[in-house]
Amino acid sequence: MNAVLLQAATMPVTAPVAAAVPAAVPAAVPATAIGQPNTVAMAFFFLFIAVTLGITYWAARRTQTTEHFYAAGRSISAAQNGFALAGDYMSAASFLGIAGLVSTTGFDGLIYSTGWLVGWPVVLFLVAEPLRNLGKYTFADVVATRLRSTPVRMAAAYGTLSTVIFYLIAQMVGAGSLIKLMFGLSYETAVMIVGAAMIAYVLFGGMLATTWVQIVKAALLLGGAFALAMLVLAKFNMNPLALFAAASAKYGDAVLAPGKLVSNPFDTISLGMALMFGTAGLPHILMRFYTVPDARAARTSVFYATGLIGFFYLLTFVLGFGAMVLVGPDAIKAVDKGGNMAAPLLAEYLGGTPFLGFIAAVAFATILAVVAGLTLSGAAALSHDLWTSVVRDGKARPGEELKVARGATLALGLIAVVLGIVFKGQNVAFMVSLAFAIAASANFPALVLSIFWRRCTTQGAVASMVIGTTATLVLIWLSPVVQVDILKHEGAWFALKNPAIFTIPGSFLVGIVVSLFTTDQAAAQGYDASVRDMIDGANAH
Amino acid sequence: MPTTDTRSHQGHHALAAARWRIAIILTIAVVVLYFGFILLIAYAKPLMGALVAPGLSLGILLGAVVIVGSWISTWIYVRWANNNYDARLEALKKETAR
Repeated sequence: MNAVLLQAATMPVTAPVAAAVPAAVPAAVPATAIGQPNTVAMAFFFLFIAVTLGITYWAARRTQTTEHFYAAGRSISAAQNGFALAGDYMSAASFLGIAGLVSTTGFDGLIYSTGWLVGWPVVLFLVAEPLRNLGKYTFADVVATRLRSTPVRMAAAYGTLSTVIFYLIAQMVGAGSLIKLMFGLSYETAVMIVGAAMIAYVLFGGMLATTWVQIVKAALLLGGAFALAMLVLAKFNMNPLALFAAASAKYGDAVLAPGKLVSNPFDTISLGMALMFGTAGLPHILMRFYTVPDARAARTSVFYATGLIGFFYLLTFVLGFGAMVLVGPDAIKAVDKGGNMAAPLLAEYLGGTPFLGFIAAVAFATILAVVAGLTLSGAAALSHDLWTSVVRDGKARPGEELKVARGATLALGLIAVVLGIVFKGQNVAFMVSLAFAIAASANFPALVLSIFWRRCTTQGAVASMVIGTTATLVLIWLSPVVQVDILKHEGAWFALKNPAIFTIPGSFLVGIVVSLFTTDQAAAQGYDASVRDMIDGANAH
Repeated sequence: MPTTDTRSHQGHHALAAARWRIAIILTIAVVVLYFGFILLIAYAKPLMGALVAPGLSLGILLGAVVIVGSWISTWIYVRWANNNYDARLEALKKETAR
């Protein structure tokens, strides 16, 4: 099941395969404007760029300090942050990939609609409030509160940067392929446009601009998906069950039942664990909790975000089956083997080229917003954790950290563009689930242990983060997604496609055992003296 | 002799313990909901394909239940924390300040 999800997760990656071999496309290619330079799509896209750069100009004048650059001056409201969290989280993979998967496999695709949502309650119950009460800009702030700062921040930066880089590569390669497919621009041009816009948002406008880009994107994506779903339902008396019944009448009852996707339950559960606990360890998601004024706003924002994201995933039920019935799986696969053009094709069927253009621009805006959030969280790990706390031992000159943060943004943005071009045409689909697996195995256990467990020591937290990250990287390398799919070997040393089922418990175990074998007096005293009260908000500001 | 400060300290701990209890119970509920759904898909495929209404298989229904149930779990927590936890925490803080 993983391989298919992985395709779904970074669906645009499969695009070049179809685009590169037009000869393999059957004769029954539907008449579609996809792949043609589309004036409406271009117009919407440049409008989005213009509006977001306008926002960036406005935000830049308000971004003078590190507090503004990393945390938007703590000025974001709960509702705004709810939209921004949704914007940071819903990638083009959710929209195009899941709709495509449902349109070609039916029910199996819906398994992912649920998997991508269930991490949010965990974020709310276990990490959102302690994070806001205890930290400043990064999740390492929380772990380092009562542990020794230097080793903790170095280990946390290792986990954060691994997560961010793999997520960025997948998004950049996806962006290049998607834009090439939709707008007919060259892959390299597309990657560079995405890189330039993303650098501009983060470099000049910091968290304030990034937040508003997320909000605009979330509104566009939800609005576009909702309009599309309503147009579908209008053909079925506004009754989703009539739509599902039409699908099963046309393609058999099997489309409403589980199919081949879940063949190995351990793989499925392992991936489910990565999604469920990885969300609570994604640096760009965690960083958003610093942008709100207090713990109450942090918690309320997750409620909004979960509602928005859940609503969106419910819409994918309608979009997927709508595309299956109205466009047809064969027509969808003829345009893109991975099925990723199901939603755009559906838009074209229902609203013609202008609606196709709008949906294409929304998909592009979606990727742009996600990479901006990722880059900002990576820059914070480099400047706040590594430069100021480790290199400068917490004694940076005034204004220095902001300069370093901007330099780090530029560097990460350029690295993302270069990696996007280097990995052109490569199967990088596994990288999104790898990013979730690292977040779940490196960041989440250290965060939970340091918040919940008085006895947690510096050595324990560091060992947990370093071994969690390394073990995940090594096991992914040894797994079929790299050994078989990429290196074309016969078999793989490690059988599962996602290692989370071993690496999450393993990382907890390492943290606990190492803590029990070491002593960290300052850590326990700090916990009793103030940290426990701060976690609970008893003496938060 | 317990001072106001230690008493309120104990009050904080009791209140914090109540919050963690609710948080952990709800976490377990969501874990059971989601992994129960996945296990049913893995081990009870025919059941999940059974129609509960024309066009609606049990699998689709439960998929929607997982999504809506997750959201309701966040609603329960936020409602309790906003109405109950924050108010009791404020009261304790006032007591400490007095």
